[in-house]
Amino acid sequence: MPDLVLSGDEAIARGAIDSGVSGAFAYPGTPSTEIMESLQAHWDEYKASMPDKERSFLVAQWCSNEKTAYEAALGVSFVGRRAMVSMKHVGLNVAMDPFINSSLVKINGGLVIVVADDPGMHSSQNEQDSRILADFAHIPCFEPSDQQEAYDTVRNAFAYSEIHEIPVLLRITTRLAHARARVKASPGMEPRALKKSDDPKAWTLMPGFARPRWKLLLQKYERFRAEGEELATLELRDKALGVITCGIGLRYYLENEDDWAALHGDKKPSHLHIDRYPLGRDKIRDLSDHVSKVLVIEEGYPFIEREVVGTFAAPLPVLGKLSGDLPLSGELSADSVRLALGLPPMEALPVSSIELPSRPPQFCQGCPHGDSFNALKEALKGEAEFLTTSDIGCYTLAALPPYNAVESCVDMGASIGMARGASCVGQKNAVAVIGDSTFYHSGMTNLLDAIAHRTRLTLLILDNSTTGMTGAQPTISPGSRMKALVQGLGVEAGHVRELEAHRKFHEANVAAIREELAYEGVSVIILKRECLEYLKKARQQ
Amino acid sequence: MNYNIILAGVGGQGGLSVSVLIARAALVSGFLVKQSEVHGMSQRGGEVVAHLRIADYEIQSPTIPKGAADLILAFEPLEALRYLPWLSASRGVVVSSSTPIRNFSSYPDTAEILAELKNLPNCRILDAETIAKQAGNPRAANVCLLGAASDLLPLKPDSLKKEIEAYFSTKGEAVIQANLNAFDEGRKKYGS
Repeated sequence: MPDLVLSGDEAIARGAIDSGVSGAFAYPGTPSTEIMESLQAHWDEYKASMPDKERSFLVAQWCSNEKTAYEAALGVSFVGRRAMVSMKHVGLNVAMDPFINSSLVKINGGLVIVVADDPGMHSSQNEQDSRILADFAHIPCFEPSDQQEAYDTVRNAFAYSEIHEIPVLLRITTRLAHARARVKASPGMEPRALKKSDDPKAWTLMPGFARPRWKLLLQKYERFRAEGEELATLELRDKALGVITCGIGLRYYLENEDDWAALHGDKKPSHLHIDRYPLGRDKIRDLSDHVSKVLVIEEGYPFIEREVVGTFAAPLPVLGKLSGDLPLSGELSADSVRLALGLPPMEALPVSSIELPSRPPQFCQGCPHGDSFNALKEALKGEAEFLTTSDIGCYTLAALPPYNAVESCVDMGASIGMARGASCVGQKNAVAVIGDSTFYHSGMTNLLDAIAHRTRLTLLILDNSTTGMTGAQPTISPGSRMKALVQGLGVEAGHVRELEAHRKFHEANVAAIREELAYEGVSVIILKRECLEYLKKARQQ
Repeated sequence: MNYNIILAGVGGQGGLSVSVLIARAALVSGFLVKQSEVHGMSQRGGEVVAHLRIADYEIQSPTIPKGAADLILAFEPLEALRYLPWLSASRGVVVSSSTPIRNFSSYPDTAEILAELKNLPNCRILDAETIAKQAGNPRAANVCLLGAASDLLPLKPDSLKKEIEAYFSTKGEAVIQANLNAFDEGRKKYGS
């Protein structure tokens, strides 16, 4: 097999195909988006390699949100085939209900959940660490350290999932997802045959059925711990320092290992590398018995470090994020790890004497969102009181100058719920601004609440026919159906307005928004125009 | 052998394309590569940076440590200055376009930025945009800068030119030729 040069996301997609996956499901979210993009780019080729009768039963689909994606994957597993669902870290919050509960069902076809964490918040609202959620759910978590391991780990995770009848979470982080390196592929596995679970009780989580499943899971979790421990690699070397690494932390450590040895009589630190959770403890004890100091290098929260340190005074110093030797926020780097290892920084040129402001992200030239926000701002001009809540997408950039047009961005769909809550308790001119994809993802139920309670609010749906921020993936429903959808939810026909988001209609759009602000009920203004990235992508295809 | 390159610019300048070109040429030449970039929110008119590491042994960190870059290839002069802490004090070279992209209000004085660059021990500044325009396509400024840095790379110019041809093969003969010309003109300026 020829060597490939793949990003972590592409390596995972390739790993899934080579594992004989039958169903792959996702909602776009940086840094996980390219997993589904890569699956779809290679899907025809994958299908073509299968017998005729298999082809129509292989799917790689974008879904409405991470929860629906997860539940589709569960169905695939129930009928005995392999399923993968991929998402960004905050997507797992959306899928939390099926995620936690799926630990109790008797997985049939292998189920692998790929979650891409974003330490450093390159393109996210927080830095949450999915290892903690895996532990919460009692689901084993595998953590590769580079692209080759990402590929291999997918295959191992499917096998593990089927042997132990449990979902497996594969955790990656931004730098692994988006960095490219050589990957050696292995021969592909066949997809599994359709064979429904013979134990539906183990899939029916009524209290009477769920209690024994929970007891079983508690026992199994200790087995996962013991098995993960066996695979952790421990090298007892120099006694001055013991290093514990996991995930990409391994690479930042190895980048500096030779320099450490050069300063310590050519001896390398003792080293324990962990690539599976739940965390085994014996090898950590073996390491700590051997050394006088431990350094924990992990991307994300101090998850291992906290377990190592505990509450009682540790018998030996433990360095890491809790001790302040590595930064508690942001992502790791070879530089921060170098300092934590006690090595002097490499000699770099001095920082520029000119102050270098960072270049703020902004709307593309001619973006329809700019025209929509100009209209909204003008419509609100002169209003003494108003609230403009917003959501997750390119349009969140309207919170920055020169627009300063929105006042919130919390989670997918929150714009509508927050505007509704505020309006209920007296806020005048409550306006929610949401994109089409985010509306389908988590906005519709909030709108239904507003309709049920006749909450006075004005909803602007910026419909650009695509999921723009993540690079123009298709939305789950076409823009042509948006008006009917909103009316179908129960918004009065006269208060669903469809406008073109273009400066040439500025005056008319301002007037329409003003009219709806004056309406004492739920009104929805759909501002339509295609995303420029989407048009560019469409032209290239 | 190892060679570390920071490619810095603004979204839409083709910095990531140049990173791919160099990476492919390096692989064909028998080296290992690791390339790191970040996608997402920052790309909307914001700064774009890629780290490219070439070596004849397994590379560990996906990003270049501070003080370890051999080259900053900058498609915009302010972006060149931003990554100086990554440049090796002893061997680092900056190759930068002289054309600023002033798409935000607090952009510093251009003359000051260029003066700061000229003060560096090893810096090549060129008007890549004008050279590329003369070579047939102003969008080839990125490849012109690659040409101006080509003698520094552990790669043969011909291996880069082959990858330029392959990369633009779907864009038609005129685009391929303009990019090859831009590469040669950049190379004439500094490369040979």
